[in-house]
Amino acid sequence: MEKDAVIKNTREILKNHTAKPRNLIPVLHDLQEKFGYLPQPAMEEVAAALGIPAVDVYGIATFFNGFRLNPPGRHQIQVCMGTACYMAGGQIALDSFERRLKIRAGETTPDGEFSLEQAACVGCCSLAPVVVVDTFVEGKVTPTRVDGLLLSLGVAPEKQENRSSKKDN
Amino acid sequence: MSRQIVMTIDGRKITSREGEKLLWVALENDIYIPHLCAIKGQNKPFAGCRLCFVEVEGILQPVTACTQPVKAGMSVKTRTPAVDRLVRTAFELILSDHRLNCSRCSKNGSCQLRKIARERGLRLGLERLKPLPEKGQIDDSPRTFVFDPSRCVLCGRCVWADRQVAGVGAIGFSHRGIQRRVTTFAVRNLAESGCIECGLCVEACPVGALFFKEGKPGGKSLTDSI
Repeated sequence: MEKDAVIKNTREILKNHTAKPRNLIPVLHDLQEKFGYLPQPAMEEVAAALGIPAVDVYGIATFFNGFRLNPPGRHQIQVCMGTACYMAGGQIALDSFERRLKIRAGETTPDGEFSLEQAACVGCCSLAPVVVVDTFVEGKVTPTRVDGLLLSLGVAPEKQENRSSKKDN
Repeated sequence: MSRQIVMTIDGRKITSREGEKLLWVALENDIYIPHLCAIKGQNKPFAGCRLCFVEVEGILQPVTACTQPVKAGMSVKTRTPAVDRLVRTAFELILSDHRLNCSRCSKNGSCQLRKIARERGLRLGLERLKPLPEKGQIDDSPRTFVFDPSRCVLCGRCVWADRQVAGVGAIGFSHRGIQRRVTTFAVRNLAESGCIECGLCVEACPVGALFFKEGKPGGKSLTDSI
């Protein structure tokens, strides 16, 4: 969405709230519902309207897991970091996705295809560690399974030479 | 509030104004209590560094001196095994998030961390903890100063100076828990953040996270100009 359109929509949303700093979080919720994430021009517009520094809006937006700072990708990958998944190697699955997609949790690939997120608990702890790709739930995820999932989504497998050259880095 | 009261700190009789915060009463009387985040006159102390613990008779647990108002007849001990233990751990936790390269740091002579280590006989290094991964890159975009996040101990003094003294609002806290950091909006360079380069945050920094490029330029003129 163009910057002007973002600001126009943000002003529309701000009309539904009184311009008080205490309304910051409700406004951010409405913004995320509208845009799917919190665009930077929107956050700056909100800060100006509520009379608070823009960095405070950024601080709140990064404090809560519920707010996204990047547009969601076409495929949304959630890696469960609930207690059971964490203990069963959820971090390994997350690391694998981060390495393969070359993004960090909370980010979106530059081509807009994938966004990677941590989930608190998906609710099927017996399948730990769990990964949810869009609506598809995958259990007992290993790094090999991460490669398989990405292959099924059209990501070409890593070349073998890349792996062996890791040692030199 | 202004009633004079008598109290004891480490067995010494001390006269002070009622309601004053214990930390400042002790410091005024040359009794050192470690502190990083405290700012005199702050209505609501940040109390984030957890270094100014003392024991007060009649209070079961050690309390932070920066938040504790003094009362008549109060008896305070600044050094007890419980206090020393808390301070030692808090200090090491802070050091685990502070890249130690003192010999190349311009605050080497005036660093509060070094002072605390010296006063309390604490090691300026990690014994039980691993260093946290460094977050953020050095920002040398301002004309007069540099921000090195790897040395930041999150005491919040610069944010306070930026808001309450300078009235700017260019820097603030972002993220949560172990990811917590001091930053600008969307991690922009300070030069593009609305920072007016008043230098007050640099003066407020107790460690070497914010430092002037070439000493303090122009004596007091920078702060006087606000």
